[in-house]
Amino acid sequence: MISLRGVSKAYPRSGDALRGVSFRLRKGEFAFLTGPSGAGKSTVLELIHFQTRPTEGEVQVSRYNSRRVRRRDIPALRRRVGFVFQDFKLLERLTAAENVAFALEVIGTPRREIAGRVQRLLSQVGLAARARSRPSELSGGERQRVAVARALATEPRILLADEPTGNLDPDAAGGVFELFRMLNRLGTAVLMATHDADFVRRHPDVRRLELEDGRLARDSAA
Amino acid sequence: MRSMREALAGFRRTPLLCALSIGATGLSLVILGLFGLVAHNIGGAIGDVERRVEVVGYLLDDAGPEQVRAARREMEALPAVESVRYVSKDEALERARRDLVEFSDIYGELRVNPLPASFHLRLREGFRTPATVSETAGMLAAYPFIEEARFGDEWVERLFALRSAATGIALALGGGFALIAVLLIVTTVRMAILARGEEIEIMQIVGAREGYIQRPFLLEGAVTGLAGGLLALGVTRLAYVVFPVRFAAIESLAWLPHLWTAAGVAAAAVLGLLAAAYSVHREVGRAYGPS
Ligand SMILES: Nc1ncnc2c1ncn2[C@@H]1O[C@H](COP(=O)(O)OP(=O)(O)OP(=O)(O)O)[C@@H](O)[C@H]1O
Ligand SMILES: [Mg+2]
Repeated sequence: MISLRGVSKAYPRSGDALRGVSFRLRKGEFAFLTGPSGAGKSTVLELIHFQTRPTEGEVQVSRYNSRRVRRRDIPALRRRVGFVFQDFKLLERLTAAENVAFALEVIGTPRREIAGRVQRLLSQVGLAARARSRPSELSGGERQRVAVARALATEPRILLADEPTGNLDPDAAGGVFELFRMLNRLGTAVLMATHDADFVRRHPDVRRLELEDGRLARDSAA
Repeated sequence: MRSMREALAGFRRTPLLCALSIGATGLSLVILGLFGLVAHNIGGAIGDVERRVEVVGYLLDDAGPEQVRAARREMEALPAVESVRYVSKDEALERARRDLVEFSDIYGELRVNPLPASFHLRLREGFRTPATVSETAGMLAAYPFIEEARFGDEWVERLFALRSAATGIALALGGGFALIAVLLIVTTVRMAILARGEEIEIMQIVGAREGYIQRPFLLEGAVTGLAGGLLALGVTRLAYVVFPVRFAAIESLAWLPHLWTAAGVAAAAVLGLLAAAYSVHREVGRAYGPS
């Protein structure tokens, strides 16, 4: 489903962010992407989301290949790959429901379907009761759930999460993680970047891809 | 619909900048409009005068009738010449008596006719330019029996010069302001994009299509240009009505042809669109491009 082959990424000033990284993530798999700050975790996720292109090697996400992808295909690719951030990136002036509706609207969902789908998505992340709250009225964990509901709006087969628990207390972090596990059991592949070593240690059953200074230092599945 | 709504939201967000953009676009077109009005009317005047342009050659009294007939045939054969009229000495005197009533007594008492016979050449349409006119006069003057050749209205030349000047000034000033207008629209659209940076980022992340994201901003640019164009049309029309200018032989200025005004307004809208496209390309174009 996702495969990186000999991927290097160099930035003009800061040099090599990634060097010869190769791994595969299968349909419905769950994996942590770990490593110290600056190791290249975000860069890997950005490459898979085609927010940036490799300097060397290639990234393959379902039928999209970084060498051959056409600009106009990228929106379709992004709909198959949901993305959540450490800082949620919710629109503060909109309610939880409106934030989810926004995503549905901009990908062209028929207007009459939106309300129903928003409700289902919010229920799925356990936030049906807070639909009318604005982000400022929600806890960090709740905000991240809204962000997840929004990422699920396009019914992605893959969910990328960049430090999704980084701003959350352990309880909220555990809750969001359980949500990912649940989505994963329903068939969504999840790749979650985190530098929280304790958190990773507490889930030894989860595959772990460990980056170090731009290289893939360890893959627990290998 | 959505694009229009969002474009209008852009106007509400930065009303001063939007007003400036519309104003600058309008101003550049008002200048083009006013000079266009002048150029158009001078053009009309030139047409009028051109139709009346004659090259006149005065004959020496001792010109032989054979010579004169041959010369007339040669003149008529010239591609630039539409017609040649011969006015004899007697006719000239007759006319002078009729036209110059004050002097009819003097002419009446004359025993010798002092007026020369003359050729009057009319030029074909398309040949009534200052260059052809003076060239034809030169050819006429070259006949030994022609004492002098004249081409009446020298202000044909002046009108031509005036029209080129008006056109030149209009293009220079209008172009200058158009450049300012474009820069302002570029900035306005850029501000609109920056103000919506978060939303644009989310749209790009969840997979909205590029056209969907860009359309409102392109529309905002086009609408700004269009508004400037319509403003200019209104102001020019107002100036036209309020200041009834008399100009040389022209009784009253003619309004611009509809094609010109329509082209001006359309050009403003297109300019706005292009300015917006530039901003959109710079500010949101990168997200899907290779990097
Ligand atoms: N857009 C960019 N331009 C230049 N350099 C960049 C850019 N993005 C990342 N880098 C560099 O690439 C390297 C890897 O960055 P990346 O953000 O992938 O690390 P990370 O593992 O996500 O770190 P963190 O845990 O702090 O988020 C860093 O040295 C960083 O400075
Ligand atoms: Mg990072």
